[in-house]
Amino acid sequence: MFKYTLRRLIQAIPTLIGISMFAYLLMGLSPGGPVKALTFDPKMRPEQRERLALQLGVNDPIPVQYLRWLLGDTWMRWDSDGDGVSDGSFLIPIDANNDGVPEPPGTRQGVLRGDWGRSIFEKRPVADIIRERVPATLELGISSLLLGLFLGVPIGVLAAVRRGGWFDSITRITAVLFNAVPVFWLGLILILVFGSWLRLLPMGSRCPSTLTGGCPPITQRLEYLILPTFVLATGGIAVYSRYMRASMLDVIGQDYIRTAKAKGLSGRQVWFTHGARNALIPVATFLGPSVAGLLGGAPITETIFSWPGLGRVGVSSVLQKDYNVVMAVVILGAVATIIGYLISDILYALIDPRIRFS
Amino acid sequence: MTAQTQDIINLSIKGQVEVGESLTTLALRRLRRDKLTIVALIVVATLVMLSVCAPLIERYVLHVDYTRTDISKAFLPMFADGHILGTDDLGRDHLARLLYAGQISLGIAFTAAILSLVIGISLGIITGYYGGVLDDVIMWFISTLNSIPSFFLLLIVSAAIITNPDLNNTFLKGPFALVAFLGLLGWTGTTRLVRGETLSLREREFIISARAVGASPIRVMFIHIMPNLLSIVVITLALDIGSLILVESALSFLGLGVQAPLASWGNMLTNSQSFFNKGVHLVIVPGLMIVVTVLCLYVIGDGVRDAVDPMTVDK
Repeated sequence: MFKYTLRRLIQAIPTLIGISMFAYLLMGLSPGGPVKALTFDPKMRPEQRERLALQLGVNDPIPVQYLRWLLGDTWMRWDSDGDGVSDGSFLIPIDANNDGVPEPPGTRQGVLRGDWGRSIFEKRPVADIIRERVPATLELGISSLLLGLFLGVPIGVLAAVRRGGWFDSITRITAVLFNAVPVFWLGLILILVFGSWLRLLPMGSRCPSTLTGGCPPITQRLEYLILPTFVLATGGIAVYSRYMRASMLDVIGQDYIRTAKAKGLSGRQVWFTHGARNALIPVATFLGPSVAGLLGGAPITETIFSWPGLGRVGVSSVLQKDYNVVMAVVILGAVATIIGYLISDILYALIDPRIRFS
Repeated sequence: MTAQTQDIINLSIKGQVEVGESLTTLALRRLRRDKLTIVALIVVATLVMLSVCAPLIERYVLHVDYTRTDISKAFLPMFADGHILGTDDLGRDHLARLLYAGQISLGIAFTAAILSLVIGISLGIITGYYGGVLDDVIMWFISTLNSIPSFFLLLIVSAAIITNPDLNNTFLKGPFALVAFLGLLGWTGTTRLVRGETLSLREREFIISARAVGASPIRVMFIHIMPNLLSIVVITLALDIGSLILVESALSFLGLGVQAPLASWGNMLTNSQSFFNKGVHLVIVPGLMIVVTVLCLYVIGDGVRDAVDPMTVDK
């Protein structure tokens, strides 16, 4: 199993490189880069604009920019401070302005060395932004995952037990409906009903705004969590209940369920102790990708509810062409997806011994 | 003989199916009896018809001009001043705009679904049939594409092309670009499905005999294998159109899809948070259109799946 995991991880490397190149290329090739967006200010002089472009390195060919993003600039010769003079690198020290002192090399370390670069708009390291946003995203993601599981699984079991009954029909229709409702519209309607009309719940954000910008512990602001959690959980509720129902129906046909019934166990014991436990196996394997999906954030839900998470910062950065932030969010999401699938494959084989790693 | 026919013969031996019916006849008969699917089909057909006839309805039934703005008539309630669904923030007739938006939303979803289906089926058949290096490369490409958080991929492409203020190309900024990139990014699921099916069909007797009599690979793939994929195609098409309507509406809602003044059900909801107090119907109706359409398409997909599944036992 160790060998299998290692091989899958090694296979992920070209995938990740492919993703980063693809995303970088897409953003880099589109006309009007971050400089254009930054220099909306009509008072800005052309030479200032030029200097900014040099500093950001957007005049270089895309492959060079990509390499700088990936590997940093301490090793390459280029003008990192935009003063029109090439800097040295730690490989080739140069003295461009002949003052006897070699120019200092650039300071970027590159993604491979853990440096995600700086946000062009917020003018601070991308890593700080990500670190700030992760708790909010995890908070919303975990609560909606839990809600999806705790509602979806029992609903699936009950629907299977009462197969063909009214509960089965209602939950089936609800599941299809949850899949057909656009997330953003569901969010809007809930804000309209509970926030605007009934004034029961806040209309968005993570907590009441404070002077320090921080949020109190989660238990003191649960009302802010209710609507976004529910909206984000609808997909999960639909999927888990349907899969749980199908898997439960599979289990019900097994011999050991008949044995349990023949032993004279109560219906509840048969269904939950013998049935649901085994029916959970295929559902458990969904958890890997779901947990991983959390890290990508929920762009739409977070935007609707002004939730300060990764998804929302991703959306705004795409619009502002803040390349470094977008790349960080995309790569983070991709890494999480790859690891999620790996975990689910391993989990599957661990739970079901009939499956072999190959 | 396909496994499906074999299944039908097995069922007919048990007396559950009348002998002498083809799979298509059987499926059509089941479909006719499935009332829910029929209703869904009628609803979708009606919506398509209404959208296609939007210019006629606008002119001869509603007597309005959906592009004419009139601030003095903004936020009229329903049935006021001859506007059945009232007016929007710029005083435009909401119902007429809804119909035109249907043209865009349905049109984009239908064409993008067909585009992704064509790519998906061709690549799926080819990789499934030939296998080898080609299969490895395409499968790697698919897994790479699928590892990128999909909505961000759409956001990046859209921000780079459709909403880019520095790109002066009307074609690239119009709805056709949206069709192209939704189609070009959405084929991976179909490819996987078709590839799997092709892998199993490839080993069947009728394919081996077709090859034995000297049929070219192209002929085997597209004359012998493809007809067997028909049911998958119909189901995928219905489900794809549904999910594409959802994706397009989400993008347009964020301002990254269909651009104003062109209306789509998604971009009619942009900024609708500010209409809460002035016109609630502006928030509710476009969303309902999306829900009803997508719901009906999913029901159709499910209904077709049940109808063509030989294991479904007739009541």
